[in-house]
Amino acid sequence: MHDTQLVMYDEDFRKILAVTQRLVKDANAKGVFVVDRNGQLIGEAGEMRGIDTTSLASLTAGCIAATGGLAKIVGEEEFPVHFHQGARDNLHITLIAGRIILVVVFDERSSLGLVRLRVKKAGAQLARVFEEIQKKSEHGHGAGTPFAEITDEDIDNLFSV
Amino acid sequence: MSFINYSSREINCKIVYYGPGLCGKTTNLQYIYNKTNPDLKGKMISLATETERTLFFDFLPLALGQIRGFKTRFHLYTVPGQVFYDASRKLILKGVDGVVFVADSQVERMEANIESLDNLRQNLGEQGYELDKISCVVQYNKRDLPNAADLNEMKRLLNPKGMPDFEACAPQGKGVFETLKAVARGVLRDLKQMSR
Repeated sequence: MHDTQLVMYDEDFRKILAVTQRLVKDANAKGVFVVDRNGQLIGEAGEMRGIDTTSLASLTAGCIAATGGLAKIVGEEEFPVHFHQGARDNLHITLIAGRIILVVVFDERSSLGLVRLRVKKAGAQLARVFEEIQKKSEHGHGAGTPFAEITDEDIDNLFSV
Repeated sequence: MSFINYSSREINCKIVYYGPGLCGKTTNLQYIYNKTNPDLKGKMISLATETERTLFFDFLPLALGQIRGFKTRFHLYTVPGQVFYDASRKLILKGVDGVVFVADSQVERMEANIESLDNLRQNLGEQGYELDKISCVVQYNKRDLPNAADLNEMKRLLNPKGMPDFEACAPQGKGVFETLKAVARGVLRDLKQMSR
């Protein structure tokens, strides 16, 4: 059977948001993004609002997937930390608990060392939040999801416009 | 693997267009992109070679409307069709909710179609999915070409179990939205089923 469906409730989202907002401050980052390994954006914080976050999420997941494939070829399980250096902005990408990707965008106001240090702590906090989400999904799977009560008519209505 | 977000009241699903090289997967996405209201679509990303062959994937985020107050968003991906890009295809299939198999109707591509379908079945299997249990739609593309194979023969070879299927000419848009709607409908029905 495939991966468990990811269901995120408001309280989970608030916890994730709190971690990302703190990371922006602690690491002096421009932006922090939390992305599901399958390419869905889960949360964001920082001063980068307005950028194409959907594409950012999908490409980050593609990047993690491709380097994961490379890792296996050379006998590693994973390359969980990536760093991309640009002329102005840099990207620090970390795979957390094998499932969640934490992306930090930073410029000269911060440094790689600081980002690494702060990501370590934030990553551990996020791992705990997602562990809880996972447990909830496994136990209460499906209960109360918007799909439990939808009708075929609801689905057909999506396509009638 | 769908993602239901109660905070933003969104449901996100992943659909992958699969098929042999040059069968028209990217053309399907381009047509959808060109014909969709700008408010409902995001930017289309194509990671292609200089000769416009898909290198890693194409990606198009699409909003379909609301179900019970939840925005439904579909992320459409294509895989590179060329045989030697198999590692990339496996990566893109991760977390898939629905598949469109785009077949090339030209007689001389029938072997490539069969090979690609076998490859899809195998790659899904490696990730714990079964082609027969996942929402899948077959599209017979390039029906307008003079060397198009007999439709019943294609159905026999590529769709013996009778999955939803459509004839198409992707550059002109024939069958493109019908295919998309069928796979999206299938994915939503699966989610409904899983919620019970």
